[in-house]
Amino acid sequence: MFSRAYRAAITVPPLLWVAVFLLVPYALLLCYSFWSVSSFQTIVHSWNWENYRELFRVDAYWQTLLRSMWIAARVMFFSLLLGYPLAYYLSFYAGRRKELLYQMVIIPLWVSYLVRAYAWKTILGSDGVLNTLLQYVHLTQHPLDFLLYSPFAVVLTLTHIYTPFAFLPIYASLEHIPRNLVEASQDLGASPLQTFWRVVFPLSIPGVVAGATFAFVLSLGDFLAPLLLGGPSGIMISNIVVSLFGAAYNWPLGAAISFCMLLLVLALLFLSENLEKKWSFR
Amino acid sequence: MSGGVKAHSRWLPWHALAVFAFLYLPIVTLIVYSFNGEGVGGFPPRHLTLQWYRILFADDAIWAAVFNSLQVALAAMVISLALGIPAALALDRANFPGKGLFRRLVLLPLILPGIITGLSLLMLFREANLKLSLATIILGHGTALISVATTEIFAGLQKLDRAQEEASLDLGATYWQTFWNITIPNLKLPIIGAALLIFTLSMDEIAVSFFLIGRDNTLPLEIWGRLRRGITPEINAISTIIFVFSLIAIVVWYRLRMRAQGKAEIAAELLETN
Repeated sequence: MFSRAYRAAITVPPLLWVAVFLLVPYALLLCYSFWSVSSFQTIVHSWNWENYRELFRVDAYWQTLLRSMWIAARVMFFSLLLGYPLAYYLSFYAGRRKELLYQMVIIPLWVSYLVRAYAWKTILGSDGVLNTLLQYVHLTQHPLDFLLYSPFAVVLTLTHIYTPFAFLPIYASLEHIPRNLVEASQDLGASPLQTFWRVVFPLSIPGVVAGATFAFVLSLGDFLAPLLLGGPSGIMISNIVVSLFGAAYNWPLGAAISFCMLLLVLALLFLSENLEKKWSFR
Repeated sequence: MSGGVKAHSRWLPWHALAVFAFLYLPIVTLIVYSFNGEGVGGFPPRHLTLQWYRILFADDAIWAAVFNSLQVALAAMVISLALGIPAALALDRANFPGKGLFRRLVLLPLILPGIITGLSLLMLFREANLKLSLATIILGHGTALISVATTEIFAGLQKLDRAQEEASLDLGATYWQTFWNITIPNLKLPIIGAALLIFTLSMDEIAVSFFLIGRDNTLPLEIWGRLRRGITPEINAISTIIFVFSLIAIVVWYRLRMRAQGKAEIAAELLETN
């Protein structure tokens, strides 16, 4: 029913824009990663593998990447641990309050990411809210100093930020489960625990995979929470990239690290897409 | 129902309560300490005051940043809607080579860490000899947020009945007339929803802006600059004000949706009784 001119009008402008402002930049990232910096701090357009060799030679780079993945994995785990039972409760037990509670999970997303990270800083600091509270009720005599400027603070803050992201797809998949399946399982004599593990949970796996991917990928690339709350032991891979693009001025090396991150993320997205397909019910 | 369901639901509400406490603790702390005379930190809060709000209202740099952010958010909203609406239509109704790649590419900034998109655009602007300014941030936000516009509007299109558009074309209206008089009005709700979402995401965006910033700061970057220098209660105050405005936006959006849903339900009932 739609003419060729109509289809061209809706297709060409977004295609062109996306080519110029997304495809070309991502391709440039790849190009830069093969270039180098001269001693006069200019970018030399000579193609070589030096940046990638450097990545494997210098321990700090791949160790930081591993640490970032370990932090992201913990954030993913805790987000699911908090998000899944919450989604299950809302979907199956909340009754009339469901819509209100759902909105209450969303509302924190409207508070700036930066501001929430900052709020955790004011809570965890040595003269912060938590430490002064603990001393006020005489639980501790001295401020606990492992709270702030540690991987713990980064994991806590990122878990706080990404729990709603993990919650949303899980909740959506739980809502899509036909309720008569649950009733059938109970009528056939399954205990509630059996019903959960044999019926509800397998059907919610696509949501879990999507939520886990969100939490892992987004926290893997974060650089603001580590800068604000991480201290030296909480440095993540993106912090190295930021410094290479700033004071250290080595764009090509920074581009090489970023491109590795991009590949890692694309691989994870591919994996999760296939897992979701495999587990979505036919 | 056996007793086991009860056993399930006995700890679930407590877990939910704990998660809500965790989600709201920083927000409540933020708001309470924006009124604390002693500044940020220290328990219990004491000497309630409006002093930080007074300092905030006299702080020109913050308000300049707020104004910049509003400009960026509005412009980004226009760009991403102007491209996201046709992109959603194209994904819904056209077949073209590379459609799968196009869909993935458009959605990529939504899931990709902002640093990668920000850096890639920085390299593009450098190669094009474009000076960094608010304009480059607008291009960055506009591009990254096409993803949001496309997903929201594509979801709206899936629910849309094409019969109205077909009728309009059969009755002799041009594609252009049909687009403006039928398609867009039918997509009003998803478009408003996408616009609100894009606006707030742009107001809050920092990872992409971080690399594309020129001389003028957006609000998140102004706050970021101050945080590097130390903790100041003015940040609590401005965040509290923005939170209140966001809550108002949520309520307005919710009302709009409820009203539309209510109308749809009334219409459905009328059709059934006839």
